Amino acid sequence: MKLATELGEALRMALQALAANKLRAGLTTLGIVIGVATVTLMGTAIEGLNRSFLQSVSKIGADVLFVDRMDWFIESREVWLRMQKRRPIDLADARALAREATFAPALAPVARASLPVRYENRRSSSVFIVGTTEQYQETAGVRVSLGRFLSAADVAGGRPVCVIGTEVATNLLRRDPPLGRRLNIGGRTFEVIGVLERQGTFLGAFSLDNQIILPLSAFVASFQSRPELQIQVKVGNVAHLEDAREELRQAMRRVRGLAPGEPDDFSINQQQQFVRLFQQVGGTIAAVGLFITGLSLFVGGIGIMNIMFVSVAERTREIGIRKAVGAKRRAILMQFLLEAAGICLMGGLLALGIAWPLTWVMQWFLPAALSLRVAALALGVAVTTGLVSGFMPAWRAARLDPVEALRAE
Amino acid sequence: MSLIRLVQVSRCYRMGSETIHALREVNLEIERGEYVAIMGPSGSGKAPLMNMLGSLDTPTAGRYELDGIDVSQMDDNQLAEVRNQRIGFVFQTFHLLPRSTALHNVELPLIYAGYPAETRRRMALEALAQVGLADRVQHRPNELSGGQRQRVAIARALVNRPALLLADEPTGNLDSKTGEEILALFDALWRQGHTILIVTHEEDVARHARRVVRIRDGRIAADERSRGS
Repeated sequence: MKLATELGEALRMALQALAANKLRAGLTTLGIVIGVATVTLMGTAIEGLNRSFLQSVSKIGADVLFVDRMDWFIESREVWLRMQKRRPIDLADARALAREATFAPALAPVARASLPVRYENRRSSSVFIVGTTEQYQETAGVRVSLGRFLSAADVAGGRPVCVIGTEVATNLLRRDPPLGRRLNIGGRTFEVIGVLERQGTFLGAFSLDNQIILPLSAFVASFQSRPELQIQVKVGNVAHLEDAREELRQAMRRVRGLAPGEPDDFSINQQQQFVRLFQQVGGTIAAVGLFITGLSLFVGGIGIMNIMFVSVAERTREIGIRKAVGAKRRAILMQFLLEAAGICLMGGLLALGIAWPLTWVMQWFLPAALSLRVAALALGVAVTTGLVSGFMPAWRAARLDPVEALRAE
Repeated sequence: MSLIRLVQVSRCYRMGSETIHALREVNLEIERGEYVAIMGPSGSGKAPLMNMLGSLDTPTAGRYELDGIDVSQMDDNQLAEVRNQRIGFVFQTFHLLPRSTALHNVELPLIYAGYPAETRRRMALEALAQVGLADRVQHRPNELSGGQRQRVAIARALVNRPALLLADEPTGNLDSKTGEEILALFDALWRQGHTILIVTHEEDVARHARRVVRIRDGRIAADERSRGS
């Protein structure tokens, strides 16, 4: 009860002090405003970066293993040189692995090339061409918005058909209805049988919509007779990913005819590698970024401390009066702490008001939005800054000798 | 049991390398219901004595009992509670909170005593009525005359029903007519049973008291009880 009335009085006096020194409080709070605004923007940017990454990476299915000649991320030149000498994965390997890896619900060999594409008098100089099988729909998780995907019969017969990304459709076909159109891909003619759903970009780097998918058999017949393949294997259950990975490794060793004790001459890649790398890099960026923005908050905090010392000095006599009529140390402490926290809370709110429209600008580059979490964090940081930097002045006020304080002018 | 009992109380201050003996082994007893003036020229030690009696300060040596409790060894927070519960201060320069209304100024001791808002308001209004300011409760100090300010201060001193009303040169900043009015108020309060202690250097003020304690060089030089009390 006593604490509550003291708190009420402290709050009332803190507000009164702020109201009496509006300009000063406003100027002091500027440091906090800038500090909190940068922290907020930084937090939002980091969240956006994370979200952007996870969106991208989720396009690589978490339950898909990728058999490649080399690792996706190679740490040293020596390792790269060693892997470089490995035998490419060819069609025979893919066929053999498909027979061996019966545990996998879907398995698709993938050949890739970048080729010019022409439609009537329009041309696109480099389109990503994917030669694969009907199971690619499962392993890559692509969906068709119009028409159909490749069928087993298309693949078996090596039919000159293709499924195109939305960007290919809009760039080359313009307003023509895409189905049944004939595209000239690298000199050969393919008929459009389907259009993929829009997928966006991968890590902002390249567009997944600027691709054309066609039967691997047709790819081999038209472009490369011995393409280097990636084999995508969907395991279906993320929980057993490690078991499946080992099983796949053994199957692939049999396919490659490796003797026991011989090292693998292939790599099994997965989404997790991306995530791990990102967490390292992203974590560092976040830490450095928050540290730098934290510095500006620190400077703001010093400003608060400074002005609180002034406020205490100005009101020494008031402190004396309060102590004379029975205010204990904690009552005085609370009053000044609340004043400091009040200035900072005001600054925090102002900062959010400034940061919010800026996060809209940020949305052009990142899927960033000022989340409730970041907003709450920003206000929390602001109030904490106030309490921390206000503590020393408030403590000094609380410990004033009432006789001395009453004598002050 | 005396309200105030000082036993061999000394108070020293250290100023640089020098030690100043503000009070030297003072013995003093004041009973409940007394009306005492403490007199002395400046530098005589009357201010340290008043700080001591008001529990704003503690003795360097000796013992001070207020209302039967030993306050000489108390810490800052305990002293605050003693001041809050048992002492009402009236200062020469009023010492009101400048931005607060008369009502809020009078409520202040009650806030630190932890009374609920309703009770506070009722008690503060009563105290303001008692000093004749019932129609000025929402005024701020700068909207009040000197005499009215001192009445607010007296209301604040009374509101917690203290055992001791301690006034430090209460008329020092007032013209003589207003000063007389304030002293008349003290007289009235004394007649109602309050114990009043006035620190002053003016004989005219001291004349209102029934007992005059004279301080010189940190010692009690004279203790006179006047007639007709």
